Amino acid sequence: MIRFVTSRLFRAGLTVLSVMTFAFVVLRMSGDPAQVLLGPDVPQNVVQDFRDRWGLDDPIWRQYLSYLQAMMQGDFGLSMRDRSPAIDLVMQRIPATLQLTIPALILQLAFGIPAGIYAALKQGTLADRSVIVAAIVGFTVPSFVMGLLLVLIFAVTLGALPSGGASSWQHAILPVLTMSIGGIGVLARFSRSAMIEVMGAPYIRTASAKGVSWSDVVRNHALPNAAVPIVTIVGFMVGSLIAGAIIVETIFSWPGMGRLLIVSVTNRDLAVVQCILLLVAAVMVVSNLTVDLLYGWLDPRLRQTTSAH
Amino acid sequence: MTVTTVNPPRFAKRRRARLPFTVQLALFWLLAMVICALFVDLLRPYPITQMNLSTRLAPPGTPGHWLGTDELGRDVLSRLIQSVRSSLVIAFGATLLSAFFGTLLGFMAAKFRGVVEHVVVMLADFQAALPFLIMSLAVLAFFGSSMLLLVCLMGFYGWERYARITRGLAISASAQGYAAAVVQLGAKPSRVYLRHILPNVASTLIVSMTLTFPEIILMESSLSFLGLGVQPPDTSLGNMVGFGREYLTTAPWIMLSPAVVIVLTTLAISLAGDWLRDRLDPTL
Amino acid sequence: MSPLLEARDLVRIYQTRRGLLGRPSNVRAVDGVSLKVRRGETLGVVGESGSGKSSLGRMLLGIDTAQGGAVYTNGKAMPVFGSPEWRSLRARIQMIYQDPLAALDRRISVAEQLREPLDIHRIGDSESRMARVHEVMLSVGLRLDQADKFPHELSGGQRQRVVIARALMTEPELLVCDEPVSALDVSIQAQVVNLLADLQHDRGLGMVFISHDLKVVRNLCDRVAVMYLGRIVEEGPADTIFSDPQHPYTQALVSSVPQPGRALKSRIILQGEPPNPGNRPPGCAFHPRCHKAEDICRHTVPETRSAGVECRAACHFAGHASLRELA
Repeated sequence: MIRFVTSRLFRAGLTVLSVMTFAFVVLRMSGDPAQVLLGPDVPQNVVQDFRDRWGLDDPIWRQYLSYLQAMMQGDFGLSMRDRSPAIDLVMQRIPATLQLTIPALILQLAFGIPAGIYAALKQGTLADRSVIVAAIVGFTVPSFVMGLLLVLIFAVTLGALPSGGASSWQHAILPVLTMSIGGIGVLARFSRSAMIEVMGAPYIRTASAKGVSWSDVVRNHALPNAAVPIVTIVGFMVGSLIAGAIIVETIFSWPGMGRLLIVSVTNRDLAVVQCILLLVAAVMVVSNLTVDLLYGWLDPRLRQTTSAH
Repeated sequence: MTVTTVNPPRFAKRRRARLPFTVQLALFWLLAMVICALFVDLLRPYPITQMNLSTRLAPPGTPGHWLGTDELGRDVLSRLIQSVRSSLVIAFGATLLSAFFGTLLGFMAAKFRGVVEHVVVMLADFQAALPFLIMSLAVLAFFGSSMLLLVCLMGFYGWERYARITRGLAISASAQGYAAAVVQLGAKPSRVYLRHILPNVASTLIVSMTLTFPEIILMESSLSFLGLGVQPPDTSLGNMVGFGREYLTTAPWIMLSPAVVIVLTTLAISLAGDWLRDRLDPTL
Repeated sequence: MSPLLEARDLVRIYQTRRGLLGRPSNVRAVDGVSLKVRRGETLGVVGESGSGKSSLGRMLLGIDTAQGGAVYTNGKAMPVFGSPEWRSLRARIQMIYQDPLAALDRRISVAEQLREPLDIHRIGDSESRMARVHEVMLSVGLRLDQADKFPHELSGGQRQRVVIARALMTEPELLVCDEPVSALDVSIQAQVVNLLADLQHDRGLGMVFISHDLKVVRNLCDRVAVMYLGRIVEEGPADTIFSDPQHPYTQALVSSVPQPGRALKSRIILQGEPPNPGNRPPGCAFHPRCHKAEDICRHTVPETRSAGVECRAACHFAGHASLRELA
């Protein structure tokens, strides 16, 4: 088990390093930050001063090394707009984003998984069909369409809820709904098929044939085995939540990290974009790692085989 | 008891059915979309940039503008047809690119194993560690948006799915099977992979493409919605929704018609893809 | 004249490890095997599963590289796997597989599969290739109307005929058959074995016939090599091996083949666990299951010694036993 964990940790570290390299290469090589930020009419000595301070005249590998070193020390550079540390700017926005993503994740788990399992146990009934339809809607309606539709219904037509801003808890209702509906559908569909597959397995038939009561079969045999694939998909959900936050925050003018990313990208604020990229990558790596470890814990067979690859 | 009996009959029924009604509808819709994309110039009533300030924000049903007009008096139907073309062209090109590179990397991992395989796995890990939208945002903002770059970027979407499938199938075919037998006949790797393994994995690849295609449409629409995908004066479905958003209260039709097209198209591809998967490759 | 195929001291070691960082342990699947196949001769390689006979087959074909020793064809060393020389050598060395359905591309018709070796080795033009396909199909007992069929439309025996036909397309000198009939129904086994015997006889093919089935080997082979845990424990002419086996393991194997007119109770039943290549006993590897084992067997590896005409066996008691019985 220790070996499994260390190999996973090693891979996670490698992934973080490759994301850092990607961020560095793409963001540095694509243009000259000094030119973009200062504009064409600035005197030469101001431009030179800027280049010196940011180390832009060093060879690219020096820039890379000092960049990695800075990362290790938690120094993500200064935002080029207002000269404040990028990490501070990003950190200020994180709570707002968490206010949306955490309730959305809880809603997804609380409704998606039970709905899927219920549908699997009641295959062919009306409940099952509604779950399937909801899942298809969740998959095919993109979050920007879903968000605008909710605004159209609840804010424009009914006037019941605010359409944008973040001044009260009511403001969070529509964004959270937008983010969770799609995920609930995806999770329900996946839990349903995982559960159906498990229920068809020979050990379930054996347990029923032995005379184990139906509820015990479900609780003791089916659910623990269906948990393995469901945990995997939850790992993916984290990524789509983060991506969803960017769109939802834009629609609802929510002052979170996603909006900051869009603004920084449009203004080519390198330090902030890098900081967000790495932060998101770190969150994703940690959640993937957690999923992998949970996976190993839920299914002891995988400890050996997965680590061999 | 209920548990064990439900599954097999349902499966059998689905397999036997020739062409379910929903799939017929889906195929019909897709055909209509492809015709739109192919014959844009014939179908489009007005040039997409033709403004008519006297008929600004005309509601749907106005004679001459059946889907209404936008804030500059441009015909929504004409723009919609043009948008279908942009979105389909991007998604189609990107799906082919991603299938090509994914398959190539999968085959390379299967052929050379060792270091190459580790590099491919590392790339897939990297892709899994960055939500695709965020990666694309960064790249697009810094390289500027162009149709070509957009297609290339979207072409990175989902390659790891093809790579995983082709690697697995190629390894099992080369370990003990027809591929090993053909190698033993003296065939070069190019013959083994292109003439034998590729046709054998083709149906699985096509099914995967039906999974990736709608996802790419959604990804491109999201980017265009955020103003970082297709740029004006060109138009795409997401881009129309993005601009229509400003007029949500006064002229919701500007945003609703492209939104409906996006939803119906992804729905149609998913339905057709599910059906195809049942027919071709039930294991996926 | 050098033999068609010669192997000298072949060694094949597999590394297994538990987990990514686990300590690797070595399994000697093939451990110092030497053999010769002359032109037009059939050599049977017999052994239980895990005896290393399939690994040996792959090395003889040059698919796996030998970690020790070398394989020579017509006196020339086996080229590296996948090299142009190795590929062109495939026109002269071919293989027959255990599972014909797996060995055939199920998307391609029989005729195209058969033509493929000619395409690969650029033999003849398209007309002569088709003519050759028809000729070989007839010679292995396939009907010409089966040319357009796909593998799944044929029976198991017919599929194996297709595999055999494909191997014969380039008129090879040597066939390596790895359990070619064990996946077939018993009723069809005989047909395929007879076909192989006829082909071998008519075309003067050299053949290595790997099998766990002594009945088949006895019918088909000129000489037999018995393998146990990666080593050849006894080798000799088929008649001698079956009539007067020297090694206790061979004796047990031979006695297990039912023969009319012989009482079943004369069978030697092997004791103990089946061999595990990962855990090789010291001394003679067979001693834990051997009814003749003595102290010497437990710590000294027996040398391969001559035991009669063209016979050799790796047993401390080989030769003595037959002498004793003669006396």
